[in-house]
Amino acid sequence: MSRVDGRLKVTGQAKYAADHDIDGVVHAVVVDSSVARGRITGIDTRAADALHGVLGVISHLDRPSLAYRDNPGPFPGRRLRVFQDDAVRFMGQPVAVVVATTLETAQHAADLVKVSYAAETPSTDLTRSPAVDGPAPFARPYTRGDAQEALGSADVRMDMTYRLSRNHHNPMETQATIARWDGGRLTVWDKTQHVLGTRNELAAVFGIPQENVRVLSPFVGGAFGNALRTWPHVTIAALAARELGRPVKLALTRRQMYFTVGYRPAYEYKLSLGSTRRGRLTAMTHEMKYETSRYEQFWEANQALGQMLYAVPNVSQHVQTVPLDVSTPMWMRGPGYGSAAFVIETAMDELAHELGIDPIELRLRNEPGEDPSTQQPFSTRRLRECFRVGARAFGWHRRDPRPRSTRDGDWLIGTGVATGCYDVFLGQAEAHARLDADGTAVVQSATHDTGTGTYTSMTQVAADALGLPMRQVTFRLGDSAMPPAPPQGASQTMATVGSAVQDTCDKLRQQAITLAVEDERSPLHGVDADDVVAGGGRLHVKGAPARGETYRRLLARNHRTHLEARGSWAPEENSRFSMYGYAAMFAEVAVDARLGLVRVRRMLGVYDAGRIISPKLAESQAVGGMVGGIGAALLEHTVTDHRDGRIVNANLADYLVPVNADIPDLKAVYLDGEDYKADPIGVKSLGELVQIGVAPALANAVFHATGRRVRNLPITAEALL
Amino acid sequence: MSTEPPESAESPPEASPSAPSRRTFIATTAVGGAVAVGGLTSGPSVFGAEPAGAVEAPPGSRVSVTVNGVRHTVTVDNRTSLLDLLRERLGLTGSKKGCNAGACGACTVLVDGRRVNSCLTLTVRLDGADVTTIEGLADGDQLHPLQQAFIDQDAFQCGYCTSGQIMSGVGCVQEGHTGSPEEIREFMSGNICRCGCYVKIVRAVEQAAHGK
Repeated sequence: MSRVDGRLKVTGQAKYAADHDIDGVVHAVVVDSSVARGRITGIDTRAADALHGVLGVISHLDRPSLAYRDNPGPFPGRRLRVFQDDAVRFMGQPVAVVVATTLETAQHAADLVKVSYAAETPSTDLTRSPAVDGPAPFARPYTRGDAQEALGSADVRMDMTYRLSRNHHNPMETQATIARWDGGRLTVWDKTQHVLGTRNELAAVFGIPQENVRVLSPFVGGAFGNALRTWPHVTIAALAARELGRPVKLALTRRQMYFTVGYRPAYEYKLSLGSTRRGRLTAMTHEMKYETSRYEQFWEANQALGQMLYAVPNVSQHVQTVPLDVSTPMWMRGPGYGSAAFVIETAMDELAHELGIDPIELRLRNEPGEDPSTQQPFSTRRLRECFRVGARAFGWHRRDPRPRSTRDGDWLIGTGVATGCYDVFLGQAEAHARLDADGTAVVQSATHDTGTGTYTSMTQVAADALGLPMRQVTFRLGDSAMPPAPPQGASQTMATVGSAVQDTCDKLRQQAITLAVEDERSPLHGVDADDVVAGGGRLHVKGAPARGETYRRLLARNHRTHLEARGSWAPEENSRFSMYGYAAMFAEVAVDARLGLVRVRRMLGVYDAGRIISPKLAESQAVGGMVGGIGAALLEHTVTDHRDGRIVNANLADYLVPVNADIPDLKAVYLDGEDYKADPIGVKSLGELVQIGVAPALANAVFHATGRRVRNLPITAEALL
Repeated sequence: MSTEPPESAESPPEASPSAPSRRTFIATTAVGGAVAVGGLTSGPSVFGAEPAGAVEAPPGSRVSVTVNGVRHTVTVDNRTSLLDLLRERLGLTGSKKGCNAGACGACTVLVDGRRVNSCLTLTVRLDGADVTTIEGLADGDQLHPLQQAFIDQDAFQCGYCTSGQIMSGVGCVQEGHTGSPEEIREFMSGNICRCGCYVKIVRAVEQAAHGK
């Protein structure tokens, strides 16, 4: 099954935010602050204004009127407000916007805007600034048993400090917004993972009713979390459009993608563990701190793995943030889990080496029978099977466990494993379905497709429930006027929106069945509705496909132009189950013995992700997650010059991401199965899960190859010299 | 003010695939006027009523370039990249801007049969050139074999880099750099895919090159 939107994407016809052709549109370019902390003392726009084609420059000096009604955001604090004061809070903060008739002129004019500052020395270094406790209720101290006592009396105690660099999402599509006002109504074509969130925030910022804002986002050129918030440039585009009375297009530059659209924060994470000689964990303590802005306290799900992954009787966790003169981070693929997994899963490898136990065996010895943090049964937990299947396919039994034991010319060869795990996060969604007299159906929900395959997988679910061939079903998304759906984040779309689509299409099918069994002229007349099924565009008696009729005939005979239904789904309030997806990640690397260069030779992921709706697309996601993890493990590192808070490598030539030559053949295997305790369509989570164990598997392989334990990400050549 | 002069009258009607309304609008905007003032929902605009200081239009050049078989004679701002010409003047938004600095390949097109980063190519250098973009690759409804291979292999997810990947792949095949997966990887490394579809992109290029 190929992607239903494939043809649009390979012919250049899929319309991303900046691609929409809006009549009379003019171009906006943001002017960024060139200091990281201080006050704006003046903005000289004379040279810019004098340029032919410049329509205007807006800054806080113009006192633009914005309501900024309360609208609870994801993080405690006070959201950044556009052009409302003279304060500079981080390097690259938008301080003005230039609008011109052409992009070339707007870019040139933005360069000509002279901003002067009373600059102060910024603090941007996580390790040199005071930490505060993480924001309640999202981050809270956790204790079970007595971890300190257990550490003190453990056979083996290990204390490690790990450091993870800041990463930027860097989707290929830079953030872009086109805004148009029609009277008091605002339409935006935006890159977003949450059309309703963008609608609500714009309504709050501009002080207008939510129904006066429409957000359209039919295609999203990757996001990985950075389009989950309504960032300042969206407001700026709408503000400029309002002030000029013209539609305005604003696309961030790649450099600006490092300033205001979030990032995975840098961490310093201390982990201590205690174990018996036989490899039973007795204690783990987690002391973590990560960067946040001074105006908002970021949080992410960095505590769950430490509480539920292994059967550890004594655990303590302490989460702190370090407020700095930086912009606020944003959840990035596998948020929190990915960072914690690197630490925990590297530590497990360190313990395995210390005890001389195979790292897979060590993990299996600490497999819990129930969720150790809640005492709930797992809905499904097939991690053992993931490791068993993976070990066989990867050839794990051939491994010589001694570090630096395998060589291929100049290359030291090593293999490593790690566990991946991510929760089954469930939201609420609604959908609408309409079956037309020609036997085709249109189903819609205000969800998103950032490349995850939503168009395709929802079409499959709908076609299945309606008994229609896929080509006769169209699924629409990315419009705030559609029935509500949650953000495309936390891997919730398939389970949540999929279940709503199924409910909706079930209702529609039932309507058609009722119409048929009550219709004297139908071959199904008088049949028990429960005995009627749908398939191939027909309704027929279960087990007797000849007795039935097509939707087309049914609707035509009843003079119905269409049938329609609206459905929804929400999870049970208090599930009795602990619900997670699981992965076993295997990696083989080669490290140049003299140069320290790390090359990935092969990777294998085996996943317990519940039912897989679209195997071909799920494989793409898994392989893509490995590539993302390879980037985090070996390449990606946002470098800040702490003297002035400047990001040194704010471009794709210096912020290294994996390219084709970095990637060998990668393999993904999904265990057959489903999890109907999680949701009615049996799926668990997938998009985050596939990246989470990748970095530690690679780090552990580097250790096995070289005997060098690198506790900092990324693992660059200089760390191995 | 006409910063974007209208296309030459000699260009045939089919040379204007995009809606002309935007260019027409801009071309007819009053010289030096402070265009369209007045906040729509919150009282007075931040802009004053005084006209902006009108000055000369930026230097432009007349260029004749063939895009997907259609000849366009246009006067362009000398700073206009081929990518911005395609996207903002000709309505061909299939070519994408990922970095505008030649580092990502999302804007890759063929110029006289060779793959180039259109973001780094100034339009004024292209007088007489023949440009092929993703929109010009299929033969009517018949997809180019590499377009079909990208669908078959699921060689994309979000699709944003796909136009550039495919145009680069066409170049890679034409150059004969498809002798092995390693060679394809090397010669496709100017095109970043952040969704991480490289394994499948290599398979798609192999499929198109060797009918695999």
